[in-house]
Amino acid sequence: METLEQIKACAEAAVPGARLDIIPNDSPSGQRSLLVDNAHAFAVATILRDDPQLRLDYCSNVTGVDWPEAELTEKVKVKKVVDGVEKEVEEVKKTKRAGYLEAVYHFYSMALKHGPVILRLRTVNRTDQVHLPSLTPLWRGAEFQEREIFDLYGIVFDGHPDLRRILMWDEFKDFPMRKDYVEPDDYEYEPTPHDDVLEKAKSHRTAEVKT
Amino acid sequence: MDEGLRSELQKQGIFVVTLEQLYNWGRKNSVWPLSFGLACCAIEMIAASMARWDLARFGAEVFRPSPRQADLMIVAGTVTKKMAPQVVRLYNQMPEPKYVIAMGACAISGGPFKQGYNVLKGIDRYIPVDVHIPGCPPRPEALIHAFMTLQKKIDEQKLTGPDRARHCDPNEPSEFPVPQFGEHDLVPPSNPSVWKPAVVARG
Repeated sequence: METLEQIKACAEAAVPGARLDIIPNDSPSGQRSLLVDNAHAFAVATILRDDPQLRLDYCSNVTGVDWPEAELTEKVKVKKVVDGVEKEVEEVKKTKRAGYLEAVYHFYSMALKHGPVILRLRTVNRTDQVHLPSLTPLWRGAEFQEREIFDLYGIVFDGHPDLRRILMWDEFKDFPMRKDYVEPDDYEYEPTPHDDVLEKAKSHRTAEVKT
Repeated sequence: MDEGLRSELQKQGIFVVTLEQLYNWGRKNSVWPLSFGLACCAIEMIAASMARWDLARFGAEVFRPSPRQADLMIVAGTVTKKMAPQVVRLYNQMPEPKYVIAMGACAISGGPFKQGYNVLKGIDRYIPVDVHIPGCPPRPEALIHAFMTLQKKIDEQKLTGPDRARHCDPNEPSEFPVPQFGEHDLVPPSNPSVWKPAVVARG
């Protein structure tokens, strides 16, 4: 089982109803990943771990990604009649993408020496439907990393044995790794500010110092 | 007393000192630091206390594991906002007279992590610091220099009068409020009675 298409077919055959998508990657690495629907994610992950030809027994990395709402622009070639002549005109098509949060798992097989296989799980939105199934029961090593994603991104992992904040304190309400996080403003004393810090420090300058 | 006369008496084996000098001499040569480190600066602090740099030469070899027995807190390393209340609590638990050395870029200002949402931008926002050492991390020599600076400071402390040492003034606080974990930041973000942002003059 070598290509991602084969892995996708294998998982879809083993888990009826599972919907997997291959997410392309146009960066130089070209590392594609599998997107799985939340309802069947746990069953698909079990297959990835237990299938004798895959045996992805090692979860090397779990991380979160925040995708805020965005307007995507795409150039589309459209045939149009301009002054009686049919011409191909480029038009900019704008589509709105709803925001969501993503958990990304990197799996390797220590037994068969292959990998990584990248699995992505997506939440419905970024506000109230942020639940994903936890894969900690399958890979114990994911426990702290899922807690970290819960802490910094705010994804709630159902089925996690001990879901608490791990880096910030329990009373903390924000999710610092989200793109719209606003950090506390403690830039009162900046002797050598530059760039972003300069902008933040300017609001603290007193009138007589502003020369 | 006249310096020359004192020197002459010393040659004869007679030592004339004030109680203040004797008291400060004793204190400055037996400063017991709290064995407490937060990050990589602690490794340099440990190195300074071991055979090669040998902090014992300055009477500070006894690193105490309990704040009740320590005189000096060396804040060695990054103070995260989650750790800051514990640092202040440890300081409060130390008996007077007590001193603080803020060791390294992080402890004095937040250092390379200054822009992080989780790092306290200097421990002097909550407790009074006697000596600041820059460096990332400072070498053991720098810590020894800070230590000698502190000894000099102790030696010059007055026990009576209007400019007496902090621990001799009943109106000066010996404990400082421990910050609380808030929903977005520590509450309060700094102690205004201890720390005020320095005015930076710009041309």
